[in-house]
Amino acid sequence: MNKILLVIQREYLVRVKKKSFLYTTILVPIIIIGFYAAIIAIGVSGGADKNKIAVLDQANLFNGNIEKAKGDVSEYVFITGQSSETLKDTYKKMGYDYFLFIPPMDVTKNTGTIQLFSQSPIAVNQKSKVERTINSAIEQKRLQSANISREQYRSIKSDISIENKIKNGKEEKKSVAGVASGVAFACGMLIYVIMLIYGTMVMRGVMEEKISRIAEVMVSSVKPFQLMMGKIIGIGAVGLTQFAIWIALIIGLQFLLPLFIPSFDPSALPQPGQVPGMAGNSVMSTMLTGLQSVPWGLITFCFIFYFIGGYLLYASLFAAVGSVVSEDQSEAQQMVFPVMMPIILGFVIMTKAISEPNSPLVIFGSLFPLTSPVVMMGRIMYNVPVSQLILSMVLLVLGFLFFAWLTAKIYRTGILMYGKKVTWKEMIRWGFRKN
Amino acid sequence: MNRLEVKHLKKYYTSQKAVDDISFSLAPGSIFGLLGPNGAGKTTLLRMITGIFFPDEGEIIFDGKKFDPDNDVAYIGYMPEEKGLYKKMKIGDQAIYLAQLKGLSKATAIERVKHWFVKFEMQSWWNKKVEDLSKGMQQKLQFVTTVLNNPRLIILDEPFSGLDPVNTNLIKDEIYALAKNGSSIIFSTHRMEQVEEICDHIILVNKGQKILDGTVNGVQQQFKENMFAIGIDNIPEAINTPAFEIINSKDHQLILKIHEGYKPNDVLHYFLQQQVGINSFHEILPSLSEIFIKLVEGTPLTRQFQTVTA
Repeated sequence: MNKILLVIQREYLVRVKKKSFLYTTILVPIIIIGFYAAIIAIGVSGGADKNKIAVLDQANLFNGNIEKAKGDVSEYVFITGQSSETLKDTYKKMGYDYFLFIPPMDVTKNTGTIQLFSQSPIAVNQKSKVERTINSAIEQKRLQSANISREQYRSIKSDISIENKIKNGKEEKKSVAGVASGVAFACGMLIYVIMLIYGTMVMRGVMEEKISRIAEVMVSSVKPFQLMMGKIIGIGAVGLTQFAIWIALIIGLQFLLPLFIPSFDPSALPQPGQVPGMAGNSVMSTMLTGLQSVPWGLITFCFIFYFIGGYLLYASLFAAVGSVVSEDQSEAQQMVFPVMMPIILGFVIMTKAISEPNSPLVIFGSLFPLTSPVVMMGRIMYNVPVSQLILSMVLLVLGFLFFAWLTAKIYRTGILMYGKKVTWKEMIRWGFRKN
Repeated sequence: MNRLEVKHLKKYYTSQKAVDDISFSLAPGSIFGLLGPNGAGKTTLLRMITGIFFPDEGEIIFDGKKFDPDNDVAYIGYMPEEKGLYKKMKIGDQAIYLAQLKGLSKATAIERVKHWFVKFEMQSWWNKKVEDLSKGMQQKLQFVTTVLNNPRLIILDEPFSGLDPVNTNLIKDEIYALAKNGSSIIFSTHRMEQVEEICDHIILVNKGQKILDGTVNGVQQQFKENMFAIGIDNIPEAINTPAFEIINSKDHQLILKIHEGYKPNDVLHYFLQQQVGINSFHEILPSLSEIFIKLVEGTPLTRQFQTVTA
């Protein structure tokens, strides 16, 4: 037992002390935050994009007085006494960015074609702002002609969104479908990435021991199983350390960010999938209630469980692969493919779990130990029956024990075997050999 | 009490009998040569003695008790033929780590490593990485890591490969010193002249079986062919005697083989009679490498795969 601790300690310290560990651990959050900051900076400065627009208002829509829509910071300048034909050619020279032409029409009855001239295609954002400004002016005119006050109009207008409440036992809470699936997807994705990255790290570690020929010296002091588990646990601990640092850094930097970017306001943060500028406060608050509705306790517990379980299971498989390949890198690629396949399959099933969390394939995927870490994380938000959850966890533990037993035997033989290409058939025979 | 007793050890693989009923014993403080052609089963035998493999049959007795790999590996130092160290690890840390794995406490490990580094003038290596060392330097480091735990049994598989004569002598002297202090040494190599020089006792294995066992001198006596070299002033024109025949003649030296029933004295007597001045006279014992070739020759050089029914 003492020896396994020594091995864990070495595997851990050797990796943590490496410069590359420092770089990836510090740089990754900085890149994430930098990316984040760039999005915010673009979002913030996007509003400050002031354009000068020449307006030829022949319909007298604005009455020479523009009430700009929210967020529209363009400067509108009314031009009179010039024809649209000449303005079309000269607005740029006169120092305007765009030329808005409202032809004569009765806006209370119908709307003709309103044109906005520009040198190059206009930004969607800019166009929608101008559209909103015009729409609100037209609405105003129509309300006036129908003799309805704005207050009356507001009281008539319907603008609802359905609220999804979850009634499960005593507790009743709000759910936001998008948020739930987003969090689930992120967790599944994270486990998928972790299993691949740290699994291959274990494989490379084993290959290093084999190629540098230290394996035989090692196994004359420690049991191969101790060496293998020490490496797996040591590298797993490196992964956890890295995650802990990342989380700490990301949280820390988010607190620091407002100090560096004074105009930063978390509620102005554009969410992915939303058109910037459309992000109203209501969407933001739905997001927040959505996040509050996520059962964080359950997610955190399951995430840690499936992270550890999935990592241990796949790491032992990767270790076995690492022990049978010799110097040849392409051979490693070939051998590792069958191990990668179930992970990728799990990921594919997980994407299905987001839309159909209770289909038979997804239920199978969330129970089968080779895919369950990824699939169950994708399903966890959709009220998985406790019995299934427990079964899945038990199967994962059993799966790990089985594969650890199997791979330890492959590892023991493979690590001392040089210069021979090992086939899958041989590996399986080693695995099931007695003693 | 013998340090190590190996009794009827067997290890069969699916396609060959790697070790097929080998027995030998090893006294404390002795240097033991394990010889054999490539693929004779030496490595498998050594791996069983170091606890890496379990024998299929037979018994290993270590210091009078049944060999218990879990605990006894602490008293064994093994330097395998496939030598290696962690390339990216600092040399001092690595030596301490390997010593700790042999059961030494951290403090003792540091103390021992320092002692050996001073002895081998390696102090400046402490913070270097293994990849910065030449092959010979790595070999030296490997030897140090093998003996850090003051093992009672030291197994050295080709310990001098890649070493220059100065470092070879350095390590050779250490091997003698360790043996003098009571460690038993198993020395496996293909370099027969080194075996002749270093070992007290040898066994020769071929195709998984022991085909020769004895002291170096005993083996040489066993295989001697009554060859003698005689240095004389001038070689007589014709030599005609039933006592011996000339194998080779060169300048002032004759190599001759004494026939059955005759003694070296008969040779001297013959030349004295011929009134030839004798400068030297000595017996030529067969070299181990000649014995090795003689015994192994005729058997297929590389082992053929066979079906094993065990």
